[in-house]
Formats: sequence, C-alpha cells, structure tokens
Amino acid sequence: MARIIVVTSGKGGVGKTTTSAAIAMGLAKRGHKTVVIDFDVGLRNLDLIMGCERRVVYDLINVISGEAALNQALIKDKHCPNLFILPASQTRDKDSLTQEGIGKILDELSKDFKYIVCDSPAGIEKGAHLAMYYADDALVVTNPEVSSVRDSDRMLGILASKSRRAEQNQEPIKEYLLLTRYSPERVKLGEMLSVDDVQEILSLHLLGVIPESKSVLSASNAGVPVILDEKSDAGQAYADVVARYMGEDKPHRFIDEKKGLFGKLFGRG
Amino acid sequence: MSLLDYFRSSRPSSASVAKERLQILVAHERVSRNQPSYLPQLQKELLEVIRRHVNVGQDAISFSFEQDGNQETLELNIVLPDQPPKKS
Repeated sequence: MARIIVVTSGKGGVGKTTTSAAIAMGLAKRGHKTVVIDFDVGLRNLDLIMGCERRVVYDLINVISGEAALNQALIKDKHCPNLFILPASQTRDKDSLTQEGIGKILDELSKDFKYIVCDSPAGIEKGAHLAMYYADDALVVTNPEVSSVRDSDRMLGILASKSRRAEQNQEPIKEYLLLTRYSPERVKLGEMLSVDDVQEILSLHLLGVIPESKSVLSASNAGVPVILDEKSDAGQAYADVVARYMGEDKPHRFIDEKKGLFGKLFGRG
Repeated sequence: MSLLDYFRSSRPSSASVAKERLQILVAHERVSRNQPSYLPQLQKELLEVIRRHVNVGQDAISFSFEQDGNQETLELNIVLPDQPPKKS
C-alpha cells in the first residue's frame, strides 16, 4: 500500500510545486519508489519544475478518460530511477477530473509505488479538493505572511472535514506545517512572522522551515528539483524535511539568521 | 542589549501586528467552521418556540457553541423582558 501525501496551501505562489518536486525527489533518492502527480489541470507546471516538459505525451486526464494507459502517461525522471511524474493536462477542462477516476488511478499506483505525492493547485476548487481527498498525510505549505497563514487555516478545516478519511470516519489525515520563504533576518527585525508565531496560530506539527533562497529560482530555471542542489540552504532544508517525514530526528536549521561581521559586533550573544 | 536593539524596540513591530490580527481572525473563522450544520436552523426554530410564550426580540437571544475535546456545549441565553406581560 502506498502512502498518499498531498502538498497543499490554499494560497497560490507559496511553493507547493517546488515542495512537491523536492519531497518526491527526496523520497525517491532514499530508495522508495515514488510518483508525483500534478493536479493543476489547465495550468500544469510540475513538468517544468521537474525538467521533463518536453517528454510529456499523455497526461492525467488522458488516463482518466481511458485514452491512455497509466504507464504510458508516467514519465520516468532523468535523475532518479525510482521517481515518476504524472503530468496534468494543459488543454483540457478541469471538469474531466472525477473523484472516481482519481480513485482508480491512485489504487493502481498504490500497487506499484511506496509514496504518491499529490501537487495540489491553489484555491479550494475541484482540483484542490481531489488532490487532498484520498490523502493520508498533508504538507501544508505556508509563507510567513497573513494571507497565506489564513488560507492554510482554511485548508486545515477542509482537510478535517472533506477528505475520504473524514467522510469514512477513519483516522484523520496527518497534517504537517512547512514554512517556506522564511527570512530569519526579517524576523529578527520584526518585519516577518516567526516560526513560533505561525505555529502558535495554526497549531500544527512543524516539519521544516525552508529559507528564502536564490537557489530555488535557479533550480526552477534549470528544471532540477532544488533538493538536488545539496550545497544550497534550501536544498539541505528540504533534505531535512524528508528525513523528518521518515521519522528521523533532525534539529531545525535555517531558523536563526546568519551572522555577518556586523551582527557579531552588535547582536546579542 | 546592543545598540541596535535600542532602536528596534521603539514601536510595535509589523510582525506582532500581523500575529494579533491573524489570531483574532483565525479564532473567529474556526468557530463558524466547527459549528454543526444544523445550528442555524435550530436557532431559528428555538426562537419561534420561545416567542410563542415570551415576547422577546431577535437580539434578546444569543447562542454560543463550544467544543472542548469530546465535549460539545450549546449555550442558550435569553434575556427576558423587564415586565412580564400580564395574563388576562
């Protein structure tokens, strides 16, 4: 049986696709057969972030409508043999997504894969709903910013009431907080909500903090998940996130500011 | 306390304003989210029943629904009019 992980947020542009790509790659690199599915029908971008945009032949909608077999639509990642990508349709209407169709695909993938990562679209419409409906775990990606935190809280309400686990009175979805685009320097200056602030408001288990980092944009420019940039802070932070998800005890890094000479001279302790 | 901290602490930071606003908003949104779906209808029907016996206005009745672990409490408050209507 596969574990189904949804990467969700409510708000757009907070780093869901970046996170989906990184987490899926991280799990696959640890030797687990993993598939990452783009649920953003009409605005697919996971293919671009994973660097496989030119190899897309069939997509999720083709599989649901029976125009292609599942293994025809799965794209094998070029960096890691354990990782596969199931792209969303760029042209078709999102009404073609059906709960039953997604259920069948996830069932079939479950036989073969250890982890299924569902990259949710922004918003709380059909695509977002279906991305989280079958989930076992939810990674709630949040920026330290008011609208993102509010939308995340709204999403938590939906996870708790509209998922299959909720409807069937099963054990609820495990929810984790992933704080992205974090800038310790700005937190110190009182310009940005701190990890503690966000955690206090959302009362969620913190899986990791991804610092605001230039490496995220260069990774997406190149079409390589940022977790493969092992020298970068964001890449290391994502590797820690995967380790923690797997149950390893990793202390949180990148929460405190990097101290330059100026900070050492004038800062506290 | 360093020299910089002196300037930093002069006014409330924008982050603390954000936190306060979010705490209020989120608490408010969670209350309406966790209410059972039958609550508005129940509220309307109860009001009708009470009005059959006591002449109270819409705002004389307040409901609050609270959830504490496994325990759910529905609190109903009715402010009765000062002078009860005389029975003839």
